[in-house]
Amino acid sequence: MTWLLALILLPLLGAVAVAFLRRDDRLATMTAFAVSIVELVLILPLWLSYDPGGERLQQVSSLEWIPAFGVHISFGIDGIALLMIAVIALLVPVVIALLRSTDKIPEGKDVGGLLSLILVQQSLTIAVFAATDVFLFYVLFEIMLIPMYFLIGGYGGPRRQYAAVKFFLYSFLGGLIMLASAIGAYSLAADELGEGTFDWATLVEVVSEAPLETQIWLFLGFFLAFAIKAPLVPFHTWLPDAASQAPVAVTVLLVGVLDKVGTFGFLRYSLPMTPDASAELAPVVLVLAVVGVIYGSMLAAGQTDMRRFVAYVSIAHFGFIALGIFAFTQQAVAGSATYMLNHSLATGMLILVLGIVAARGGHTRIDAFGGMAKVTPVLAAMLLIAGLSALSLPGTNSFISEFLVLLGAFDTRPAYAVVATVGMVLAAAYVLWLYQRIMTGPVRGDAMLAAAPGPGTAAAPEAGARKTIRDLGGREIAALAPLVVLIIGLGFYPKPVLDTVNPSVEQTITAVQER
Amino acid sequence: MIASSWLLVAFPALGALVLLVGGKRTNSWGHLLGCATVAASFVYALALFASESLSQAVDTTLWSWIPVEALQVDFGLRIDPLSMTFVLLITGVGALIHVYSIGYMSDDRDRRRFFAYLNLFVASMLILVLGNSFVMLYLGWEGVGLASYLLIGWYTDRPAAATAAKKAFLMNRVGDVGLAIAIFLMFKHIGSTSYDAVFAGIGDVSPGVVTAIALLLLLGACGKSGQFPLQAWLPDAMEGPTPVSALIHAATMVTAGVYLIARGSPIYNLTEDGRLVVALVGAFTLLLGSIIGCAYDDIKKVLAYSTVSQIGYMMLAVGLGPFGYALAIAHLLTHGFFKAGLFLGAGSVMHAMNDEVDMRKFGGLAKKMPITAVTFGLGYLAIIGFPFLSGYFTKDAIIEAAFGQEGWRGWVLGGSALLAAGITGFYMTRLMLLTFFGKERWRETTSADGREFHPHESPPTMTAPMIVLSIGSVGAGALLIGGDTLAEFLSPSVGALQESHHGVLPHALIPWLTVLVSALGVLGAWALFGRRDAESSKYTSVQRPERVSWPVRAARKDLYGNALNEALVATPGMWLTRSAVFLDNRGVDGAVNGLAAAFGGGSGRLRRMQTGFVRSYALSMLGGSFLIVGALLLVRFG
Repeated sequence: MTWLLALILLPLLGAVAVAFLRRDDRLATMTAFAVSIVELVLILPLWLSYDPGGERLQQVSSLEWIPAFGVHISFGIDGIALLMIAVIALLVPVVIALLRSTDKIPEGKDVGGLLSLILVQQSLTIAVFAATDVFLFYVLFEIMLIPMYFLIGGYGGPRRQYAAVKFFLYSFLGGLIMLASAIGAYSLAADELGEGTFDWATLVEVVSEAPLETQIWLFLGFFLAFAIKAPLVPFHTWLPDAASQAPVAVTVLLVGVLDKVGTFGFLRYSLPMTPDASAELAPVVLVLAVVGVIYGSMLAAGQTDMRRFVAYVSIAHFGFIALGIFAFTQQAVAGSATYMLNHSLATGMLILVLGIVAARGGHTRIDAFGGMAKVTPVLAAMLLIAGLSALSLPGTNSFISEFLVLLGAFDTRPAYAVVATVGMVLAAAYVLWLYQRIMTGPVRGDAMLAAAPGPGTAAAPEAGARKTIRDLGGREIAALAPLVVLIIGLGFYPKPVLDTVNPSVEQTITAVQER
Repeated sequence: MIASSWLLVAFPALGALVLLVGGKRTNSWGHLLGCATVAASFVYALALFASESLSQAVDTTLWSWIPVEALQVDFGLRIDPLSMTFVLLITGVGALIHVYSIGYMSDDRDRRRFFAYLNLFVASMLILVLGNSFVMLYLGWEGVGLASYLLIGWYTDRPAAATAAKKAFLMNRVGDVGLAIAIFLMFKHIGSTSYDAVFAGIGDVSPGVVTAIALLLLLGACGKSGQFPLQAWLPDAMEGPTPVSALIHAATMVTAGVYLIARGSPIYNLTEDGRLVVALVGAFTLLLGSIIGCAYDDIKKVLAYSTVSQIGYMMLAVGLGPFGYALAIAHLLTHGFFKAGLFLGAGSVMHAMNDEVDMRKFGGLAKKMPITAVTFGLGYLAIIGFPFLSGYFTKDAIIEAAFGQEGWRGWVLGGSALLAAGITGFYMTRLMLLTFFGKERWRETTSADGREFHPHESPPTMTAPMIVLSIGSVGAGALLIGGDTLAEFLSPSVGALQESHHGVLPHALIPWLTVLVSALGVLGAWALFGRRDAESSKYTSVQRPERVSWPVRAARKDLYGNALNEALVATPGMWLTRSAVFLDNRGVDGAVNGLAAAFGGGSGRLRRMQTGFVRSYALSMLGGSFLIVGALLLVRFG
């Protein structure tokens, strides 16, 4: 058994165990946390055994599934998948450790159920990044929606049902269209080789030689699925609803990792399988990407709810990622690949910290807060660090990626890059304005002060007593610390990550660069 | 010694780290550590300066920072005369201001964190000047922006401070976009971002691209250095504690734009158009700053606009290219001394006056605070260009070089620099008179928080740095300009200083003219604010006269710089944001929901979507995907 398989199976077993222990909240949490830590430790041998200069796909294993259609259960990873698997392994224990601080479990539900679903989600997410059979990828892509549907719909906020259905429909629709493309690719292979297959490497060889028109149809099928998942404007409207209704812990995984299946799909499927179509349609995607950067940023600045704010920040960031991918230069695509990791860390932390802010104050409205830095300085510092990474300050991880994306895109697509560079200013605007509203100034707002005494009393309205709001405790600081260390560490020394993705990036773009 | 030059950065960086992570535990000794780290860097820099010849640039690579195929950015430092000059200024003045802050911030509960931020600033600023590539510079560039943001917003209770901090960061980011795109252009056309490779390859790049790079770098410089059109943040930045204004917003960070252009001299040497724009921006800004400086009653704002104006002089000088790089750096150094000294003096006055900044409430303070008055006075004499003090040598040299240009350039650049020298004499004299001389107007009023004034001299930790800086204000100019010491020292970095022989005015005339014009400004101010008769008290009353002529009104409104920003950027931006939010909620999402509802067969009520239509969606989607499969098969087999 490969390390990869172990990583896929362990959370599933953990989920079963947690489901059995769900009567006891504490025991269930401890078990889930222990499982997630073991999972994180298992990343180490996976990372060490991965040879960046070696085969395109490593840790390969395969099992026949539906022989009639040449479907296999086969797994393997490249450098980009490795990063994504590593980051979900990191984020799961962090969200479990912070669960008590970020989320309140709705009446009649128990923590065990939530944690069990999170572990299932983790397993499926790792599997989807590791799948090397296109049919298997499709199946996992759809199955992955089920635990997420229940996580949002079962444990979320007041409008969780609506959000869950919207999320499910969007992704499901995209998936079905992707299935059509996958079948199209299958029939191409059957035609060409005499025997159909869903094997990724074979399909890449066959489909990439197909005529442009065919490629375009296949490209569009995959593209729609990925553009919904990663959300590119205008396929994004499900995300703000999902992100504002899902539990904080789930939002972290949804925005931080699950959505990356979309951009990962561009890299693993769109570019290698349909290089001609990718090159042909790149301008369309680039326009969507740049629009996403500007539009997402402006919407983020205009939000009044912190959860929706984070969603729009992510939409802007996904614009950057897509820009880099479809610029087809080594720097830009390496930038995008590392952006997928860095966005998970930065936005993951942003969601968590804002989640704690909201949980402490009992509001998600931004204007319910004010002057919080005075009451909770450590929490304010954490928000600032996450925010600075989100605005790609040099010295943080995100800078490396954004810089590479823009620099690489400028090489071939200067006009798009210049417009996207304006996004840098907007990012500073939305992050700092958010920080200003929540953290600075005099202590104010519904979340910070008790209701003002009614009219007729002597006290002035602003004299409402300050509520007691705790600053971050030891457990919370310890849970956020790894993110802080990585955000700053990877800002100054990103080489290990870049070395891991560089060869995979090169292999990914060779075909499309030749067109 | 050069090989361990990373220690220069490491000391303050470590200081910041220990103080930030250590938190309250370091409260009792945090300020001492903060001073010690910067002092250590200063001592190391002095030793380096004394022991190495520095006749050529030496690069040290610490590690490979961003390696992606053709792009290889190292985390590397460069020691050469230009960077060493800045290192000495930053660590030297930095150390003095750290010491001053011990006293100034003694009442602040979070003094330890203040020192952490100051250390963070010094470390970033050192990376800015020591980096050996434009990306390293960019790292320091935004790093100092962060430190500046944190320190401007220091008094978190004041909403104005938070707004000013954000404004500073944002306007700087606008400039940074220019810097970033310049870097992208360098990579695209030269394939590298390191100083070595860029300067070696810039000659082969087409002139249009060189000019574009030069102008984009200038945009970055304007942002950081408060030059037109990105000057509006700098006066607002005075919301920060006064030591911050002295160190960051006068002596060091705001001069980074000048550093950038001097560092990019091989680029600017190739583009006359680029240089001309730099010089014109400088000339325009130095006038703008000095005019607005006349109109404020807030002592720190006057000094801030004075900084804008003085950096304008430096910009003008670097815009003169080989005729001016060394002069700009010389003025930058003397300005570093006298302006830091002036700010510390202003801080000392504020410390004595319940943090009051309105000069109309001051007056006659020389008797109460003699040390402050004398050190401030020396800085004042230096900045107005009193013969043989620092400013006289360095500002005069710039005016001379500007008049040395041919044709209209000589008249425009030289003329504006000369005129502003007179205005500088006016506003600085006004400041001096209102603060230290005349009637003791503080006796008849109270500070903004309603307390009475009891002015007193500041403690030695504050006066000692002021004394040291005033010595610099007196002597530095002669030392640097006399015998062209600095120009020769800098020549490996920016080339030899050329003297112009074409000028529009005879050389010998200019120093006399400058002194004359400055004296006129001083006399003008004295005539208005210096006499003790009824006519003068009209201008020095505690109440600000509101019925004033339009130039004064315009100057009080920053010559409409802020209004322009509002009208061109802020208001449209807010409007766009609001309409985007509306569009996204009603338009995009509405269209999607509407479409979905149409598919479901009926009205577009969301409520219904939640209740029973999942199945029908799934069906219609499935139908849709079959259609697409069919279409694909047709394409394939048809």
